[in-house]
Amino acid sequence: MKPRSDAAHHDPALLRYGLILVALLFLGLFVVLPLIAVFAQALEKGWGAYWAAITEPDALSSIRLTLLAAGIAVPLNVVFGLAAAWAIAEFQFRGKNVLITLIDLPFAVSPVIAGLIYVLMFGAQGWFGPWLNQRDIKIIFAVPGIVLATVFVTFPFVARELIPLMQAQGTEEEEAALVLGASGWQLFWRVTLPNIKWSLLYGVILCAARAMGEFGAVSVVSGHIRGETNTMPLHVEILYNEYNFAAAFAVASLLALLALVTLGAKRLLEWKVRQDYSSLTAVEGAEG
Amino acid sequence: MRHGFKRASILPGFWPAFGYSVFYLSLIVLVPLSAVFLKTATASWAHFWKTISSPGVVASYKLSFGASLAAAAVNVAFGLVVAWVLVRYRFPGKRLVDALVDLPFALPTAVAGIALTSLYTEHGWIGRWLVKVGIRVAFTPIGVFVALVFIGLPFVVRSVQPVLEDVDPQMEEAAASLGANRWLTFSRVVFPLLRPALLTGFAMAFARALGEYGSVIFISGNMPMRTEITPLLIVTRLEQYDYAGATAIALVMLVASFALLLTINLLQWRSRRYAEAA
Repeated sequence: MKPRSDAAHHDPALLRYGLILVALLFLGLFVVLPLIAVFAQALEKGWGAYWAAITEPDALSSIRLTLLAAGIAVPLNVVFGLAAAWAIAEFQFRGKNVLITLIDLPFAVSPVIAGLIYVLMFGAQGWFGPWLNQRDIKIIFAVPGIVLATVFVTFPFVARELIPLMQAQGTEEEEAALVLGASGWQLFWRVTLPNIKWSLLYGVILCAARAMGEFGAVSVVSGHIRGETNTMPLHVEILYNEYNFAAAFAVASLLALLALVTLGAKRLLEWKVRQDYSSLTAVEGAEG
Repeated sequence: MRHGFKRASILPGFWPAFGYSVFYLSLIVLVPLSAVFLKTATASWAHFWKTISSPGVVASYKLSFGASLAAAAVNVAFGLVVAWVLVRYRFPGKRLVDALVDLPFALPTAVAGIALTSLYTEHGWIGRWLVKVGIRVAFTPIGVFVALVFIGLPFVVRSVQPVLEDVDPQMEEAAASLGANRWLTFSRVVFPLLRPALLTGFAMAFARALGEYGSVIFISGNMPMRTEITPLLIVTRLEQYDYAGATAIALVMLVASFALLLTINLLQWRSRRYAEAA
């Protein structure tokens, strides 16, 4: 960005400091203070209590379940994101915009409804409830339901990162590789994937962070069975409702750390993603 | 059909990629969502209407819509200031501040919920001062509003920021050279350019706030008729195994969300057209 010394863009100093102060106060009050509160209360009873809270068996089992749900949801949504981006960005077909809008649907739906729809499908009174019951398969109030709800809420993340980038990159490179005799898979691994790798990684990180932090949707399908169907956010809720605040904030602080790591990775990757995009303007510049 | 549907291309893999995408989308999203509509269709109209218009539910619409609107409006005002400061000014720690704007996206909602609650109870860091002037935030509708301001915070900033970066400096120079003062330049030249982005940010923050659950339920206290948000009513109905009731309320929310999604898409389409014309 070029420096602006021109008076036309320069706000009076008083206004400038005033606005900076307003912005900092607003963010301090709504963002920084809650974040500090999490860590302060997590450590209120000292490191020993902190360590005990995050290593007790129920906490550990909630960490395992959270990692399991994210570990299943992320790869599934990566495969979908790649397939959808390939179809949408590399080809012209009717109804493409409808498809793009439908991919975004899970963002528009309340997390609570995301849980509800699977209860309606697989719950005891649901469409497949009796059938599942006969075969002794549990989906709702069990791990599969948690995984399904997690997949739903993180559904658009990878596709959303890839589609605009691949659309902007166009199809010339792929077509050239094909003319030079590359097979379909070679095309994907050698040409497309290197061009999108940072955006893909960015999508994966957003998807994983949301998967581990999801509360509403998972809460509806989990049944809150301690040590069995509690993810980390649900474990936080239980501890909090039992007035075990220090322990609740201890587990919450792990999730807050995860959020900070996500933000750090986002900064780093945004810079890399710009490289994905700038490699492409270089090509366009050479053409034009 | 094949020719009319898709333009010819030498690239391979359209049908597997397209087929899998549509299959997975249907399996995870479309079929389960349709369950809400089909389930409602099997219930009687009278029962449906009685559920969605009962006093407790109507009170929750008022709270959810009112608090979401108020929070989105606050985010428009402060989001514009934050975006302006981040794009136009230089100050120490600016990159850190810029990064922190995304925290509400990244912080799990339950964590945000308990953190905000602990700040605003009468013994909390903020609540203990507010209580002296007679303002109670936690376990009141104001608490719901505070939580919704938090989760909607990034939307306006992130939709305005790129537009503000693209504002052509020559336009402001032109306005200034024609004798307009700073305020006139802002209100007549810059603000109209930002309006579509502000509207989009507002609609996105509002939509997110309507469906929000995790960050609200801790601070709201969930008192019937007073601080129960609509998503919470869906959960309590489900806990009582009242599937029909939960589904009826969910349908009302889904219709509202879809209407908002449509509005957001229209707004984005309009601002794109606006950008292309400029």
